[in-house]
Amino acid sequence: MRAAVVVFPGSNCDRDLAVAFEQAGFQVDMVWHKDAKLPEGIDIVGVPGGFSYGDYLRCGAIAAQSPICKAVVEHTERGGYAFGVCNGFQILTETGILPGALLRNAGLKYICRTVGLKVETSDSAFTEGYNAGDVIGIPIAHHDGNYFADDETLARLRDEDRIAFTYTENPNGSRGDIAGILSHNRRVLGMMPHPERAADEGHGGTDGTALFRALSGVLTPA
Amino acid sequence: MKARVHVMLKNGVLDPQGEAVRHALGAMGFDKVEGVRQGKVIDLELAEGATEADVAEMCEKLLANTVIERYEIELV
Repeated sequence: MRAAVVVFPGSNCDRDLAVAFEQAGFQVDMVWHKDAKLPEGIDIVGVPGGFSYGDYLRCGAIAAQSPICKAVVEHTERGGYAFGVCNGFQILTETGILPGALLRNAGLKYICRTVGLKVETSDSAFTEGYNAGDVIGIPIAHHDGNYFADDETLARLRDEDRIAFTYTENPNGSRGDIAGILSHNRRVLGMMPHPERAADEGHGGTDGTALFRALSGVLTPA
Repeated sequence: MKARVHVMLKNGVLDPQGEAVRHALGAMGFDKVEGVRQGKVIDLELAEGATEADVAEMCEKLLANTVIERYEIELV
């Protein structure tokens, strides 16, 4: 299994994400934001957390226009798998791969702590290692994680069972308590919490491990 | 030519920063402020031949996120 992890200026969870993929059995290539192509034959591309381009203009807005993001968009359009965490989720919404947007936290504060996440669906390559209804502990670390989508989009996400995770106690004002969503073909997951920071005993929790293990068992390259 | 782009959150999208400013103004004694919305102003210096349509395309593709924001273009 092969994964690529994109590195932007200002990414700071790229290595954590690569290690989580590696521990689940992936061979990982790091890909620089100026590269116009993803490596051949990868099974999934990871878009990591951080502060790409200093969060200038809007979180993820400038990263979304980078050469590598055009390749990520093409990869997902071919049916390829992608996984965006935190700033990576913001970038995936800015590219239009995932619907909605991430606004400033309703309480205006940067929040860094472990929160409860309810698994809303086990029907995806990312979440099939959990049971729907499971509550897992995963850290969040964000200032702009307040998920917004209009009523019509929210209804569509619900009807199509595309809400992957919700917060058990909404920390940031997200509509519908949404913490992570799936693309229409269920092959792209974007989430604000950091499962790669709960993937080793040394992290203080391993509830994120099941996500990476599930991925390593089921992917087919695009 | 210069263009000034105003980017504001759409009506109905919560603006927590605007709300914080409103609270602060209230606490300072400005008791006639009923709402605050905070936005961005982006000034563009444009080469000869650039059009308002070019600026609109820039807004659609980068300067504004039309999921949550609306924009107005002022040519100056």
